Amino acid sequence: MSILIDGQTRVLVQGITGKLAQFHTRRMQLYGTNVVGGVAPGRGGESVEGLPVFDTVKAAVAETGATASLVFVPPPFAADSIMEAADGGISYCVCITDGIPAQDMIAVKRYMWRYPRERRMILTGPNCAGTISPGKALMGIMPGEVYLPGPVGIISRSGTLSYETAAQLKALGVGVSTSVGIGGDQINGSSFRDVLGWFEQDDDTEVIAMIGEIGGPQEAEAAEFIKGHVSKPVIAHVAGQTVPHGRAFGHAGAIAVSRGDSAADKIEILSEAGVIIAESAIEIGQTIADALGHQP
Amino acid sequence: MEIHEYQAKEVLSRFGVTAPPGALAYSPEQAAYRARELGGDRWVVKAQVHAGGRGKAGGVKLCSSDQEIQNICENLFGRKLVTHQTGQGGKGIYRVYVEAAVEIERAFYVGLMLDRSSQRVMILASPHGGEEVEEILSQRPGSVTRTTIEPAAGLRDFQAREIAFALGVSPAVTQQMVRTLKGCYRAFTELDATMIEINPLVTTADGRLLALDAKMAFDDNALFRHPQISELRDKSQEHPLESRAADRGLNYVGLGGHIGCIVNGAGLAMATMDTLKAAGGEPANFLDIGGGASPERVAKAFRIVMANDRVQAVLVNIFAGINRCDWVARGVVQAMQEMQSDIPVVVRLAGTHLVEGQKILAQSGLPIIRAATLRDAAERSVAAWRSDQAQATKLWAEP
Repeated sequence: MSILIDGQTRVLVQGITGKLAQFHTRRMQLYGTNVVGGVAPGRGGESVEGLPVFDTVKAAVAETGATASLVFVPPPFAADSIMEAADGGISYCVCITDGIPAQDMIAVKRYMWRYPRERRMILTGPNCAGTISPGKALMGIMPGEVYLPGPVGIISRSGTLSYETAAQLKALGVGVSTSVGIGGDQINGSSFRDVLGWFEQDDDTEVIAMIGEIGGPQEAEAAEFIKGHVSKPVIAHVAGQTVPHGRAFGHAGAIAVSRGDSAADKIEILSEAGVIIAESAIEIGQTIADALGHQP
Repeated sequence: MEIHEYQAKEVLSRFGVTAPPGALAYSPEQAAYRARELGGDRWVVKAQVHAGGRGKAGGVKLCSSDQEIQNICENLFGRKLVTHQTGQGGKGIYRVYVEAAVEIERAFYVGLMLDRSSQRVMILASPHGGEEVEEILSQRPGSVTRTTIEPAAGLRDFQAREIAFALGVSPAVTQQMVRTLKGCYRAFTELDATMIEINPLVTTADGRLLALDAKMAFDDNALFRHPQISELRDKSQEHPLESRAADRGLNYVGLGGHIGCIVNGAGLAMATMDTLKAAGGEPANFLDIGGGASPERVAKAFRIVMANDRVQAVLVNIFAGINRCDWVARGVVQAMQEMQSDIPVVVRLAGTHLVEGQKILAQSGLPIIRAATLRDAAERSVAAWRSDQAQATKLWAEP
């Protein structure tokens, strides 16, 4: 098992006619992802990488039975595409797009709440690397070859730091159940907390790694959730321990939500919740392996 | 993107937020003239820089004659104002705002921001205006009212009234407070702001509610739909290399050390800096080349990092997903061939199109020090910076 996606998941690519979208669609196909079609308004009837292109998500879902969608649409139009997916019967959406206005994401979140919980789409991202269940399926832009299948669930705000984590694990012969990028934006689809809950329920995930960074309340909220709801070992790294605080967060917005804003605060809050801390970025893989009881 | 106080007041005035009469000046003579134009006998002269804490730093002065204004401005113009938010370098004063002084009865704090927990806009209000928000939150947290706004309904009158009553304003001022708060919320959402701060928002003896200071910051991701806001950008308030980088789609922050960093992804960039520091080095900058970077963008990043004369070694750390190692390698080689610098360069590549990237580096004939892992990259960079060639280039093994 794995969470969110596996080899059977039928995947659509929204914005499939873009150059980067085509490059990564091809890579996802090579990895074994069951990509069943694409959406590009006005380009319905064409084909990309041997896949049918549809004008709307609804038409694509009706024709292909897709349940998941990868949004590769430019920032000004990406929020609209996510809402189209939510309305079109998609149950899991990954948004890769970097640069969506925060107000648009507030509207997306509000829009998704229109649907009762059982029909509400799960969104991860935006501004993320996607989700991979190694050996089964890849929905996103990560280099699939750095992931081995295995028992570690990864949740990361940073795409590249999650690749770094997976590569360190691979060098130690340790694999990943699923790695979920939750994205670097202020307003995002799913939080550490949400994904921790899913990994807790997943039989194939033995330990969970959280890759956080400075800014925002997500790590502190995760710590609170872990105390009451997560029985599996959790390992965390927080990037930005040496970043000068005032420089990156000079304003009221950052200060007002300052509970756990700095890396040091977050590490302290997570430690108090029983989370194992990988202090240094070069020790993330080893710390996870140790928690699994593997010998180096 | 941030704007100046006088610009924020002008923007907010279109949304029904009132401020005392004032005018902008670009020289001491003009400032004195502006005061005579405004009339009255007391004025506040305020240095226009993108930072809070101007008052304590000497950037805000009360004056009672135009001669006094001119003298004070002689001292302000061209100077760097150093506040707790500017860093040691300070920010240059090239514009001054002259405003009619008012009789303050009470002073409030009002701030609007994105609240990441509720994923909504939040209004903070406190009756302790004039103090820094950090101080209010740490010293008097009980005085702060927090109101989150349901995006589909917007800020409702009852919520604005609740804030007014919590601040204890008189019934006569309540309606003005409601108008001001609703105006701020409309400005925030319609203009894609990320922060609006009015500190202080004051009541006067004659029953007016006025914004004595105003700060606004905007969502860079939304500037494409607000050309009139983009025009308010003042590059004199930005670090020159940071401006140059931003204009090229790169995210650069200057720091104090000697090892220039070029990384993809903010998280890995921060982790790279942390790792360098743990290995005994000091990063000269934070730089994220972003996703899908072309060889040209990488070359530009390289030139920006090298333009900082403190840089004595460069570390390129790329874990490519949406990026491509071959494009990055081409950009690095192109920039190095152009620049002909003898500053050592360490390159660690991993991920998408790694083999092609390594080949381009190897075939370039340039003295590029290659590294296989993050640890390796950090250690080699510190060794290269210390001019320890043997350590920096110790046998490089293909991964």
